[in-house]
Amino acid sequence: MQDEPTPEELTRAVADFLRNDIAPVLSGHNAFKLRVAINALDLVTRQLKLEERSDAAELVRLSQLLGQPGSLAELNHALADRIARGEADLQTPGLADHLWQTTMDKLAVDQPNYASYKRELGTK
Amino acid sequence: MQEALGRCVASWCPGAAGVTNVARLSGGASQETWSFDIGHPDGVIGAILRRAPQGHGASPRAVGLDVESILMQRAFDAGVPSPRVLHVLRPQDELGTGFIMARVEGETIPRKILRDAGFAQARPRLARQIGGILAAIHGLDLAQLPGLRRMTAAKEIDEMERDYRSFEWPRPVFALALRWLRERDPGPSREVTLVHGDFRHGNLIIGPDGVRAVLDWELAHGGDPMEDLGWVCVNSWRFGEIDKPVGGFGTRAELFAGYEAAGRRVDPDRVKYWEVMGTLRWGMMCCGMMQRFRIGPERSIERAMIGRRSSETEIDLLRLLAPRGK
Repeated sequence: MQDEPTPEELTRAVADFLRNDIAPVLSGHNAFKLRVAINALDLVTRQLKLEERSDAAELVRLSQLLGQPGSLAELNHALADRIARGEADLQTPGLADHLWQTTMDKLAVDQPNYASYKRELGTK
Repeated sequence: MQEALGRCVASWCPGAAGVTNVARLSGGASQETWSFDIGHPDGVIGAILRRAPQGHGASPRAVGLDVESILMQRAFDAGVPSPRVLHVLRPQDELGTGFIMARVEGETIPRKILRDAGFAQARPRLARQIGGILAAIHGLDLAQLPGLRRMTAAKEIDEMERDYRSFEWPRPVFALALRWLRERDPGPSREVTLVHGDFRHGNLIIGPDGVRAVLDWELAHGGDPMEDLGWVCVNSWRFGEIDKPVGGFGTRAELFAGYEAAGRRVDPDRVKYWEVMGTLRWGMMCCGMMQRFRIGPERSIERAMIGRRSSETEIDLLRLLAPRGK
């Protein structure tokens, strides 16, 4: 077991430092690149916070949908292959809901401010 | 750079008295853009150099800067808002391959175009104007243009399928979209025209009076004219204004009306089909950015983060193919 502070606390602290203390003294292209870097750290912080729970739920859904055990990567490969071969489609029970839930979980980490995501959060 | 540009300009611009304000503009990976001023007794001429960095292998989809300069000139001649091409680089210019064009003042940053007060008058007119511009582009005689690759939906799907496999990363939503596109392929277009291939925010210079220039003909090809109309409606180019499908500023009806007013016909089903194709295409391009980040040598954080935008296209694909609550 690793010690504290947690990775999430560390990435958050570094991002806040860059945002509050460093960003104001930079300009031009370096300021732009720093903004991108801060966005990357914020993404990592969200992933550290959310990934464990969403991965666990995704694994349960995939195992049920495919009727087989496996790792997240294996099952996602298997699902993508079935869809590509036409053996699973939007009529397959549970498939559309699974894709929606998985995609919403990705957006919560990648781009929680994306307008389509915010719209779908409200219309579930 | 300034010296080489000065020598080059002196060779084709009579009366030119040197160049000033030479500045590199974008950090484009496949091409460099430089801005500079040409001193002249009749007044300063604002100019842009677009060139390929030495020894950089072009993308197989790209037409090459020589062809790009010809397309831009033909578009200018046909009345498409377009920068005038001033000079095509020759080996003795020692500036690589590319061309010099007149600089057009205006804005390309989507958020400014969509939100700044200075563009408030232009915004309601843009979708219709863009329809007219696309009609003019599609009206250029393909037989008179340099050899362009011909694309069909089927070829496009094949290319994307190959790209998708090369990523070796499972994406069930992309697999679903590829399948959807194959099953609904409307077949080759009856009419094959010049297709700009990347007609969207970022490649349009816009002023308070509307579109002033169409840029970046790198992805031009021959194909279904409805492709350009679908691409400009892809949600990724709406920059938050998701209820205004054309670039975040207008409706499909306005776009179509502008297109048909110029004497061409719209096939709305094909436009919708190409919008789905375009959404997936942008998703693939995001994944490609991630590949380039990983392979290096330039480990750009920006590219890495664009890789993490591929999920935006997944939610947009689901909104198109499997809308909820219906």
